[in-house]
Amino acid sequence: MATLQGLSFTNLNVTPIFLIGILLSLAFVLIGNKINHLIKIFSLSFIFSILYFYLNEASPYWYILGVFLITLFFTNKLKKYSTQSLKEDFISEKIIFDFITLFGIVFFAFVILFPFYIMLVTSFKTQIALLVNPLDFSLDFTKSLTELFKSYFVIFETYNFGRYILISSAVSIGTVIVTLLFAIPAAYAVARLNFFGKNFLSTSILIIYMFPAIVLVIPLYTVFSQLGLRNSIFGLLIVYTATTLPVAIYMLQGYFKSIPKEIEDAGIMDGQNWFGIILKIIIPLSLPAIASVALYVFMIAWNEFLFSLMFLDSPKTFTLSRAIQYLSGDAETPRQYLMAGSVIVTLPVLFIFIYFEKYLVSGLTAGSVKE
Amino acid sequence: MSDSLSKLEKRTAYTLVLPAVLLVFAIVLFPIFANVWISFKDIELKDIRIPEPRAKKIVKSISENQSELKIIYKLRNSSLIQEIRNVHFQDKLPTNVSPINLDSRCNFQSKKIVCNFGNWQAKYRENFEITVVNNKGEIIDKKIIKSQKPILSGKADNPLLTTNFTLENFKKVFYENNFVELLLTTFYFTFFGTVGAIIFGILAAQLVNQNIQGRTYMRGILLFPYVGPVVALAYTWTLLLDPNSGTLNALLVNFNIIEQPINLLGQKYITMNVLGFEFKLRLALTTVIFFEIWRYFPLAFLFILARLQAIPQSLYEAAEVDGASPIQKFIHITLPQITAIISILFMIRFIWNFNKFEDIFLLTGGASGTRTLPINVYQQGFAVSDIGMGSAVSIVIVMLLLSFMVIYFRLIGKRANEV
Repeated sequence: MATLQGLSFTNLNVTPIFLIGILLSLAFVLIGNKINHLIKIFSLSFIFSILYFYLNEASPYWYILGVFLITLFFTNKLKKYSTQSLKEDFISEKIIFDFITLFGIVFFAFVILFPFYIMLVTSFKTQIALLVNPLDFSLDFTKSLTELFKSYFVIFETYNFGRYILISSAVSIGTVIVTLLFAIPAAYAVARLNFFGKNFLSTSILIIYMFPAIVLVIPLYTVFSQLGLRNSIFGLLIVYTATTLPVAIYMLQGYFKSIPKEIEDAGIMDGQNWFGIILKIIIPLSLPAIASVALYVFMIAWNEFLFSLMFLDSPKTFTLSRAIQYLSGDAETPRQYLMAGSVIVTLPVLFIFIYFEKYLVSGLTAGSVKE
Repeated sequence: MSDSLSKLEKRTAYTLVLPAVLLVFAIVLFPIFANVWISFKDIELKDIRIPEPRAKKIVKSISENQSELKIIYKLRNSSLIQEIRNVHFQDKLPTNVSPINLDSRCNFQSKKIVCNFGNWQAKYRENFEITVVNNKGEIIDKKIIKSQKPILSGKADNPLLTTNFTLENFKKVFYENNFVELLLTTFYFTFFGTVGAIIFGILAAQLVNQNIQGRTYMRGILLFPYVGPVVALAYTWTLLLDPNSGTLNALLVNFNIIEQPINLLGQKYITMNVLGFEFKLRLALTTVIFFEIWRYFPLAFLFILARLQAIPQSLYEAAEVDGASPIQKFIHITLPQITAIISILFMIRFIWNFNKFEDIFLLTGGASGTRTLPINVYQQGFAVSDIGMGSAVSIVIVMLLLSFMVIYFRLIGKRANEV
């Protein structure tokens, strides 16, 4: 069982382990390049783990394995040290920096990934397991699949999450399409054509997306209530489109400017009108930029919470985020259902992000200030 | 020729830009101005519907005689506070069916019943009855009668458009509700959230910029909190920090660091004892700030990393030749190169943290000393249902925001072009 219950600093035997660590580091430096690096790190990590096991007989096997892997990771990083390198200038500062780097990376990776891991693990637990031992981070694969995925079955069957996934996807994809339809022509005009008020327009784009959603909420709420657009997916779509348009135009016009003008001139010679130029020249040439805008807008719309909270009252029109918030409003709702919902809303975004990271990072940098 | 071409160009430009501009104007700019209007009005959430006359139609048989029916209209004013003037009513009857003993307010002409009900007070209700008979004594089909919907119309003021203004809302914003504390909380949250995110961003960027394996993976992982949906992340943190079954408290208790679980999100103050000095820490606020840092340092990291990678390697090599230590390299080469981007990031994050609503709302709901200005907009507008108050707080936010922007463009705007 992977649990930390019962482990504490007092029975970890910190001092002897620290001494062993120092001795092994010395051995590592002294051996230097005399034997193959791989053999060296494996044997030293193995010795360390055996000694660790000897000192902490109570610790479970997975724990020893973890210790072995961590030592392996650290010793692997020490490749460049030998007795010669210790004589270099500022070597103590460099060693300290190397260690800070290593620990920093482990620290950041842990701090970032731990909450995501807890989210996932909790969604597979039962209410009792959750209360009995909060330090149990393991997944019990001996349970049958229906038992393991129980929370997911429940939220799909009882709480209608299938519907919310559909609504969220429809709103997000709809927002992407409508935003691109409006943004591509506008961005083209801003990038290429001369017209009165162009400078004013491009600076106001920047200022507008500094303005926060929270100050728009009350007027939009009242006006949309009177127009009957509240509680409708269509109303949500309009707001999402309008709030993502400035950033989309800003990102696209930057890219359009980088397309050589000669290509368009050739199009004009062929007798194309502006519509033809955009459709046949600009769009095919800027597909990567359009993809990154599309993904970026999709993520904004998928993650959006404030307007879905304000606009949607009835479970018939809930988006995923709103549905999870609605679930949590009932204190009786078991936490594992909430986490199962959270996993469902998080997974698509993370998959898209990992798969299209290259496009998205450029989108994030260009759309700097928009959430 | 060029003149007509430039005219064509202008016309094309306007047609291309107009749809986007109109949409943004209607949804983003118009509400900002509408806020000013609403903030001067004494208006509550329940007042915002325009009152309208409504009728529910019920058809009943009176006796065995199927050629005679009673129609009951349940009439009412939808508003509880406003009157509707000059209510007109119209309903159609099938051929050969006509009303008997019609109400004096009504007329029957060419198969239509037309009534003039005059003015309806707020909360007005009436059961209006008509008896109809078939002139030829045939059976009247109830369904046909039922399927015909009555048309009602009337004049009512749109409560949003009336012109009675008041300064009450702003008075309440500044003198009630502890405005100073509200402002201070907002500034603590904004300032420490921003500075923390930037410091962690620099650290992370410095780490990832080293020559380590799996650098791209590390960059991807570090961006997870920024791209994840806020709802999921906030609830995961709530679960982690829960005093009863939360992992963090269980860990701390297990390792004997604390004796009792601490309610990190529900406790306003905690007394700390550092070097003999006792001071009170805003606990819930600090926790929320840490969440904020966790969620937004990736953005700072991404920008600073991009800047770091653009620093020419030759600078560091030259410093190496001159015998500079790693710390000297960081202070004299790296820092000057990233100050511009840091000042921009500071301002952008400052403005955005200042307006942050979702994170605090989901973590604490604004309780235990975490009520900031944006939370106050929501609480006034939707929890207390005082729309005018909420708008007045929005105006305060916009004003503060505009002054930040002016400072930003004065101080850093010139530098922004250098990056």
